[in-house]
Amino acid sequence: MALSKLLDSWPTLRQLREGDPLGVGRAVQSPRSKTLTARIDEADHVVGSVCPYCAVGCGQLVYVKDGDVAHIEGDPASPISRGRLCPKGQASRSYVQSPLREYKVKYRRPYGTEWEELSLDDAMQMIAERIVATRAETWRRQTPGGAPANRTMAIGNLGGATLDNEENYLIKKLMTALGVVQVENQARI
Amino acid sequence: MSAPDGLLTYGDEQQKRVGFFTDTSVCIGCKACEVACKEWNLIPADGNTWTGESYDNTSALGANTWRHVAFIEQDKPVRTDQDGGTALRSRLEAPADEPSAPGPEDRGAPSTALRWLMESDVCKHCTHAACLDVCPTGALFRTEFGTVVVQQDICNGCGYCVPACPFGVLDKRHLAPAPDLPAFAKEDGRVWKCTLCYDRLKGGHEPACAKACPTKSIQFGPLDELREHADARLAKLTDDGWNGAQLYGRDPEDGVGGFGAFFLLLDEPEVYGLPPDPVVTTRDLPEMWTNMLAAAGALVVGVAATFVGRRS
Amino acid sequence: MPGLGTSFGRGGATTFQQDLQNADCIVIMGSNMAENHPVGFQWVMEARERGAKVIHVDPRFTRTSAMATKHVGIRAGSDIAFLGGIANYILENDLYFREYVQHYTNAPVIIDEEFVDTEDADGLFSGWDPEAGRYDIESWRYEGMEVHGAAGQRGEGFEPRGEQSGHGAAGGGLKHGEPPAEDPELEHPRCVLQILKRHFRRYTPELVADTCGCSAEDFLEVCETLVANSGRERTSAFCYAVGWTQHTTGVQNIRTAAIVQQLLGNIGRPGGGIMALRGHASIQGSTDIPTLYNILPGYLPMPHTLSYPTFENFVGANTSPTGWWGKFESYWVSLMTAYFGEHATKENDWLFGELPRIDSDNSAYFTVRQMLEGNVRGYIIAGENPAVGHANGKAHRLGLAKLDWLVVRDLVEIESAAFWYESPEIESGELKTGEIATEVFFLPAAAHTEKDGSFTNTQRLLQWHRKAVEPKQDCRSELWFYFHLGRRIKQKLADSDEERDRLIKAMRWEYPTHSAVEEPDAEAVLQEISGREIVSGKFLSGYPELRDDGSTLCGCWIYSGCFADGINQTARRKPHWEQASYVAPDWAWAWPANRRLIYNRASADPEGNPWSERKRYVWWDGDEGKWTGVDVPDFKEDKEPGYVPPDDAEAEDAIAGDHPFVMQADGRAWLYVAQGLEDGPLPTHYEPHESPFTNQLYAQRANPRRQQNKDLAEDPYNPVADEPGAEVYPYVVTTYRLTEHHTAGGMTRTVPHLAELQPEMFCEVHPGLAREVGLEHGGWATIYTSRSAIEARVLVTERMRPLRMKDGRTVHQVGLPYHWGQRGLVTGDSANDLAHMALDPNVHIQEVKAFTCGIRPGRRPRGPELPKFVAELREQAHSETT
Repeated sequence: MALSKLLDSWPTLRQLREGDPLGVGRAVQSPRSKTLTARIDEADHVVGSVCPYCAVGCGQLVYVKDGDVAHIEGDPASPISRGRLCPKGQASRSYVQSPLREYKVKYRRPYGTEWEELSLDDAMQMIAERIVATRAETWRRQTPGGAPANRTMAIGNLGGATLDNEENYLIKKLMTALGVVQVENQARI
Repeated sequence: MSAPDGLLTYGDEQQKRVGFFTDTSVCIGCKACEVACKEWNLIPADGNTWTGESYDNTSALGANTWRHVAFIEQDKPVRTDQDGGTALRSRLEAPADEPSAPGPEDRGAPSTALRWLMESDVCKHCTHAACLDVCPTGALFRTEFGTVVVQQDICNGCGYCVPACPFGVLDKRHLAPAPDLPAFAKEDGRVWKCTLCYDRLKGGHEPACAKACPTKSIQFGPLDELREHADARLAKLTDDGWNGAQLYGRDPEDGVGGFGAFFLLLDEPEVYGLPPDPVVTTRDLPEMWTNMLAAAGALVVGVAATFVGRRS
Repeated sequence: MPGLGTSFGRGGATTFQQDLQNADCIVIMGSNMAENHPVGFQWVMEARERGAKVIHVDPRFTRTSAMATKHVGIRAGSDIAFLGGIANYILENDLYFREYVQHYTNAPVIIDEEFVDTEDADGLFSGWDPEAGRYDIESWRYEGMEVHGAAGQRGEGFEPRGEQSGHGAAGGGLKHGEPPAEDPELEHPRCVLQILKRHFRRYTPELVADTCGCSAEDFLEVCETLVANSGRERTSAFCYAVGWTQHTTGVQNIRTAAIVQQLLGNIGRPGGGIMALRGHASIQGSTDIPTLYNILPGYLPMPHTLSYPTFENFVGANTSPTGWWGKFESYWVSLMTAYFGEHATKENDWLFGELPRIDSDNSAYFTVRQMLEGNVRGYIIAGENPAVGHANGKAHRLGLAKLDWLVVRDLVEIESAAFWYESPEIESGELKTGEIATEVFFLPAAAHTEKDGSFTNTQRLLQWHRKAVEPKQDCRSELWFYFHLGRRIKQKLADSDEERDRLIKAMRWEYPTHSAVEEPDAEAVLQEISGREIVSGKFLSGYPELRDDGSTLCGCWIYSGCFADGINQTARRKPHWEQASYVAPDWAWAWPANRRLIYNRASADPEGNPWSERKRYVWWDGDEGKWTGVDVPDFKEDKEPGYVPPDDAEAEDAIAGDHPFVMQADGRAWLYVAQGLEDGPLPTHYEPHESPFTNQLYAQRANPRRQQNKDLAEDPYNPVADEPGAEVYPYVVTTYRLTEHHTAGGMTRTVPHLAELQPEMFCEVHPGLAREVGLEHGGWATIYTSRSAIEARVLVTERMRPLRMKDGRTVHQVGLPYHWGQRGLVTGDSANDLAHMALDPNVHIQEVKAFTCGIRPGRRPRGPELPKFVAELREQAHSETT
């Protein structure tokens, strides 16, 4: 048995036996090559998605392994994109896993020279306080000319074209109810 | 005895030989292939160097670039019948009483010829592949799909294959340690190139670049079908008067026995930086091997024959 | 977009990308589709492979030009001259699609005799008020009709225009959908067709050549190709993007194409249409459900400070007696019910009196001015990067430094978050970190893979993306951020008796949450958007079910039905190969009512038969007594082609059976826009705000109605045309994107595999210009305007062709991609720092596609020398003026 195994690993023998006398085919197939599988076949699950870049709206398939995005590629089922993606869409995994991505809140106090740490909860509380206070101080029931205004002109909100419809819906609803009228997005850009 | 190029050595595991047909007449130069390849194969970025070579900042195939899109700007019309608008001019001169008569000569000539060629280059997966022949470790091998792949668990970075390739495809990966990029932080030294997505093929998936290509400039499939398709495409483009349309690497009789990944170009290969008539650098190797085997074989065969018979 | 909205009735692309494959000719203009929409471009390539002509008209020879069958280079900012020339060619040679034009457009309508065209007033329409710098639009009206929406409000300085009336609801006083005076034979001298003919008569091929810098031959080839591929048997499509919108004549650029496509009979038909190609994943969605100051969801107008004192007045002004805008009150009340629930009642006018009021311009650029003047204290930025992406980036950064507090939400620390320690102004010393009072909160955002939600793509298609993984650490969706922000604010104000807090207290804000971080349920929000019956909770099937009595709620009436039957229609992903036609109606959900190609009643002739077998799409099935075809008919299903509305018909019932544009008051496409636009009922060629040329057509050089910041020190302008000092900035500059990057670069400069593909800021110039100023290929250039100076690597290329203008004058154009900033894996100067903030008057879009610059070899001055350099040149230019 030992001899047989030894001989089996002898390349020349394998080459001859496997019809590959030059040792450039099956005879030299490595253990890794023999057992190789596609990463997408190893995924825990796959999720239908949409490319986040331009407005073509290409279908994406997001492959997930151990709670992380393992790969993103085009969804062939999409009648618009038919599985294809441009370089940006194809780089979506690297985008969501960018080495420059931030995961923690950063805070810069007035006149501060450096970022500081801040908990998300504190940040939310502070932002809510800023909005309430700014609004109270700058509220205008009427314009100087006496027309109804019901607003603050001291707060603005920018962004939306990269966001979901549901997110834009909440933004406009909240800002309108707060009397913030300066709500804008990239549609102007 | 199998073919000397390693094709058809897989017996019942043998698959149809597959490859790429890259049709540059529909390439929009988007580089989705470059990125799709890197994303799938987890290839590190290749350096942020602006070259000024049209829109090409990748420059060449290498260990970290397995698809490379070349950009060539030319003073040439796309179609041979584009003559600068003489036919139009004569027609315009006819209705003299129309308010839309042509303007005086100083109003700018019709657009002059200009074309921008784009071509996604890749390992050719040659029928006669010199890299295979020279690899002393068996790292380079011919897969059951007829493609040529470097096995990373075998390659020791000797680099013999690098000068053997007539296209300069094979390249050693040199990576500085990059602590900020943990995924790619591994020091290397091995040779890397297009695998035609060997892992994807095993799973029945098409290679990443072909799948991503927005205009299907990169087509994947059984080589014989691709060749038929390419012949029809060339005939159509020729009929339509496309300037310089030609197939490159399609011919099984050429110096490398035809490419597993061949091209439709719109100009001579040199224009794209491709060798016009590539020849396998190890053309005489089979003969050498035969001689060597004849000498050494007698000794081996006697011992081995019994096992071959028993185990197969 | 009001360009499409006023012309056809809805502010969205009239067609869908896959349908481009059916076109016999595609004109791509104001777009570099192959580079910026590569995957959508596959459908253009399909058409080309089937034999279609693909024409690219663009200042630059791009990757799109390389794929086109014809490229025509024109001077940036001369699009209306070119398109107006096409209109003239069609009209002068009687090549328009007569039956289509007669029945489906407002060509027969007779215009009031007070109307004076730009041809007769040297570039101004009647009604121009030089003091106010705006038009009184009364004289633009249809003969015998009052301007709609103006009743009782004239003299108050506000009529619905721009995006607010971008839907073409105007047309008050129409009886049974017909204007009072028309000439079906199109011969009356004041009918729209004849006015149009006179308006464009001087837009001859020579004028086009002189103004655009192309040859008359190339221009005529485009005209002939387009005409040869339009009509009963053939159709042509137009594709555009921000190459048309980002001008001081942006809306009118689109309007001109709308006119050409109407004349050729190409709207509402397969292979035809106007494809608006948008740049962000949900830029259509963020207009439909707007994060815009002047509209509410579904293009409902925000109340204005100077108008609509009562709710009755507001509804009256916005309700069209005819067409689908006749149901305005239902849409409005259902929105208020979605916003404020039981707090909004008929008795309190659905809280109309409490709603905030806007001014005529509270757009992003207005806000920047307000920041610079110290009037803005707090600013929230979510997924946008104004420090790089907005025109005149320096003004924006200086503005941010004057805020009290700033919130920036993004995946990476973008320039807009870092301006206080890393920016050109910190480098130059104009800003000093220790002196900036702004408190900055950077909150990391969740990516599309980390949240549920829908994007609306460029073809009005809502597509759902599911969460694949949980966001890490502090990363959260905007849904989470705004929901919990609103929740906290409501808590704080719960006991307030202040008048100002009534609305926020009344706001319905109960969305179920899930997961450990209490993520709001995005589908619950979509359900509210789609609409429900309040008592039964029944999901609405579409906007015809909306009521004006408070019994239905709907967050966006044009999206109504996207959750019909309690099913998330936007999440449908039936593979295209399992669907019966290329229209693929079972993939996601399109507004309105899942129609993919809108106004498709126009794909049939007035009698309801397909114009031709080849261009069959939607037609009248006499046996079944209904409209049928491969798409959802964009018409009342059982309304016969011969239907004539009775005199007392209202709303949709007042639209005749042969009038396909059901959102318009008269059911027709508008060649002439009597109301809804700030700068004229017809497009007119004006030079860009900054241009080296005078207007060859009129004494009026640029759009008289354009918005400028003449008194703003941060937004100085270059001398132009024949003004002294213009020679300091002699070149035309245009900015753009590359395939490899996305807009301001925040989503690509941060990605290794993209950063390396275009790693450095560069400029594209012709060898002739390189020789003229001594630029070396591969070297550096400094490009400067009155605002700033930037440096870029030099790419010398024949693709930037110089253009031969009138009298043999040559114009060189400088091309600048705008993707770079100070941060990211690759960095560089930002092209937008050069741009000014003069705007289109309808939509307040900046003119970054055509302005003027100077260019010289070498790198720009560093540190304090940079603003000095810019100021010296500016003073040199302006000293010549005075």
